[in-house]
Amino acid sequence: MRTNMTRREFLRLAGLTLAISLTPSGYRMLSAEEVAKDKSFNPNVWLQITPDNMVTIVVNKSEMGQGVYTSLPMIVADELEAEWKGVKIKVAPAGDKYIDPVWGMQATGGSTSVRHMFEPLRKAGAAAREMLVSAASKKWGVPVSECEASQGSVIHKKSNRKQTYGQLCEDASQLIVPQNPTLKKEGHFRIIGKPFDRLDVIEKVNGSAVFGIDVFIPNMLYASIERPPAYGAQALSYDIKAALKIAGVHYVIDVQSPSYGYRGKAVCAESIEKAWKGRTALKVKWDKGSHPELNNESLQKMLIGHLKKDGVVARSDGDTKLALNKAFRKVEATYVLPFLYHATMEPMNCTAHVTADKCEIWVPTQNQTGVLKAAEKITGLKPDQIYVHTTYLGGGFGRRFETDVVEEAIQLSKATGRPIKLIWSREEDVKNDLYRPANCCKIEGGIDDKGRLVAWSHKVVVPSIFSRVFPQMMKNGIDPAAVEGIENMEYEIPNVYVEYVRLDTPVPVGFWRSVGSTHNAFTVECFIDELSHAAKKDSLEFRLNHLKNHKRAYKVLEVAAEKAGWRRPLKKGQGRGIAQHLSFGSYVAQVAEVSVDEKIGTIKVHRVVCAVDCGDVINPAIITAQMEGGITMGLSAALKEGIELESGGVASSNFHNYELLRMHEAPDIEVHIIRSKEKLGGIGEPGVPPIAPAVANAVFNATGIRLRRLPMTPETVKGAMGKM
Amino acid sequence: MITLEVNQKKYDFDVSPDVPLLWVIREHLKLTGTKYGCGMSLCGACTVHIDGKAQRSCQIPVVEAQGKKITTIEGIPENHPVKKAWVKAQVPQCGYCQSGQIMQAIALLSEKPNPKEEEIMNVMNGNLCRCGTYRKIKKAITMAAKGGKK
Repeated sequence: MRTNMTRREFLRLAGLTLAISLTPSGYRMLSAEEVAKDKSFNPNVWLQITPDNMVTIVVNKSEMGQGVYTSLPMIVADELEAEWKGVKIKVAPAGDKYIDPVWGMQATGGSTSVRHMFEPLRKAGAAAREMLVSAASKKWGVPVSECEASQGSVIHKKSNRKQTYGQLCEDASQLIVPQNPTLKKEGHFRIIGKPFDRLDVIEKVNGSAVFGIDVFIPNMLYASIERPPAYGAQALSYDIKAALKIAGVHYVIDVQSPSYGYRGKAVCAESIEKAWKGRTALKVKWDKGSHPELNNESLQKMLIGHLKKDGVVARSDGDTKLALNKAFRKVEATYVLPFLYHATMEPMNCTAHVTADKCEIWVPTQNQTGVLKAAEKITGLKPDQIYVHTTYLGGGFGRRFETDVVEEAIQLSKATGRPIKLIWSREEDVKNDLYRPANCCKIEGGIDDKGRLVAWSHKVVVPSIFSRVFPQMMKNGIDPAAVEGIENMEYEIPNVYVEYVRLDTPVPVGFWRSVGSTHNAFTVECFIDELSHAAKKDSLEFRLNHLKNHKRAYKVLEVAAEKAGWRRPLKKGQGRGIAQHLSFGSYVAQVAEVSVDEKIGTIKVHRVVCAVDCGDVINPAIITAQMEGGITMGLSAALKEGIELESGGVASSNFHNYELLRMHEAPDIEVHIIRSKEKLGGIGEPGVPPIAPAVANAVFNATGIRLRRLPMTPETVKGAMGKM
Repeated sequence: MITLEVNQKKYDFDVSPDVPLLWVIREHLKLTGTKYGCGMSLCGACTVHIDGKAQRSCQIPVVEAQGKKITTIEGIPENHPVKKAWVKAQVPQCGYCQSGQIMQAIALLSEKPNPKEEEIMNVMNGNLCRCGTYRKIKKAITMAAKGGKK
């Protein structure tokens, strides 16, 4: 169950309401009354217990499939000792009252929802529990120590008395909020750590879940935008009159976005089909744009060419150059990876209604703070005049962190004075993404005569994401995404040199599920495999030998290999490959079993065994689902995906020429969760990075072919065979 | 004027006959469980039943659906074995493609009550899921098939 709500509505409800906020001096908890008085208090968690025995948790994170509408309430419910069936969530609006305590903004990304919200959610639940127990003890005139909270009630065993939270919540709301409630001890969790069913499944099965594209506002117009086909293209000619002649077409408007530049010509009409007809009638002719020479070949040239340039040093241990020169054996390889499209199944869309004193936005977004800021900028309204309704997200994967579609819809509503529902076509969605950066690497490695790794030099050429999105996080010219997974790799090597060459192309780049780790895990984990082969060692053994002091990485490798039967012989023609990667605080290792049809060059992935250590476990079913999802998406990218460029723009247009993995290509997946009790790690993204290298390494194991280029299409496989 | 029968209910409305059925169902009738994914019959998110057969509603001009019985996800009873299996197997993640998946699965099982894995894949291959729920979809279909056996 989910509904949108406002702060005022929340405070008006009867019962016990708690809010909790991270302040410089620690967490601070307030009752509804105190919150109403103290306007400066910006809570991160809201929790409410009402006389109908319901527990409502306001969730400030977006649900895009990763399960936060279930895992976050589970944390509160457990500390509260609530009855799970009485727990529901409300989706937070956008505003300072709902910011992520660690980030200081309201957004969902970086696999952080549970990590950032775990502590405040537990404290809120525990504080409410203590207040309910106190209320009962006062009512009954017995010591608090004799009262026990259990499954939505407080019980006094000695006198066999019991009251539900609903009966106690009004009394409890009169008490002082404890600032340091006692959290449950290990072993006392009833909900945390168990595979509870998701709260959003029923409405996603019966079709009633409301995504952004499902929003209707009275009197709204539909908008569709004719967009430049090439980067920087300007309209040479167009026929506004012809478009306006179509019945039901009301406006043709040029759309300029403050953050994303010129967007194209929007047609606003009474129905979506009329908007499309208007677009066709516009007959826009575009010029060649700013980079007509940009295509697949020119991009390759640019990437490879930049390997010759000097970059910024991201890590330098020892003397890598000297160690490489003195090495017993030296290996060198170059890897090239393409731009990737997010391909959320729900195309970009947004509905906005701007009036003189109010702006309402309905949008599937990962970035409420960004939406709010964009709306402020475009409308000139104040934050408290802007209302953001976050719907379900039909996939996010980082794409919905961007506010391009939001800025377009707000512009159009402001210009027309009407509510606007803007829906991108799939073609617009493919061609106007902010892609996972294309990149290339040159890596050199040195081994001594005992087969130990003595040096690793890694140069990565890649466009920068952070310089646009969070420029304040660029350090000494280094984009953290560009080198993540290389600069912090855990292999124990005395001489390591990591260099980053920034190459910005006209193609915009953004966060794509697991970000820099998607490409850096591929190059690092393929190259370590190449080195193990050069050292004539088993590739698992070789990795373990260089991770003796990194027990979490060591353990995931060991578990994945053991569960996969690493030393068991495979069927003829099959190969096995392994890879591990640390990202977003979680360690993941995967073993892939593949076979290769060397005549046509196709790769079949039969089975993937995954081991994950994300520290504590909230909901193992959700962790497993996220690992499966990450593996499937990562495999799709590894085998099939890459944006094609042509004549200064994107040539790929829909799922026939940007193909995604389908059911018959999806392998059997086995997930093993290692409950290490270490620091909590993320779960939405870390499943993605290891799969591409695990598959490439398995292909080598099966055929002796090293694939150093993605995607691993039949052409890539045959191309690599030709070089053997 | 177009007349459509959707989920055993008749609707009369004024719309150009060439508009794809998908957009009529979604934006005119507001039965939004049926989703837009690609507009080219490549992803299966828009799958509905027309006279009991699974069809991609993005490819059918509304005029061609006149006089036929259309069923959308909203017209499938809550206690339908496939819906129940989908809940039991906890299939959805983001959920966007699931209506189409379920409609395709129901049509599959009505033709082949006990499909082999290969048969499941042949039919379900037309439905994309970016979240990677394929394994659970297979599981749910197998569960629903077994439930139907009794």
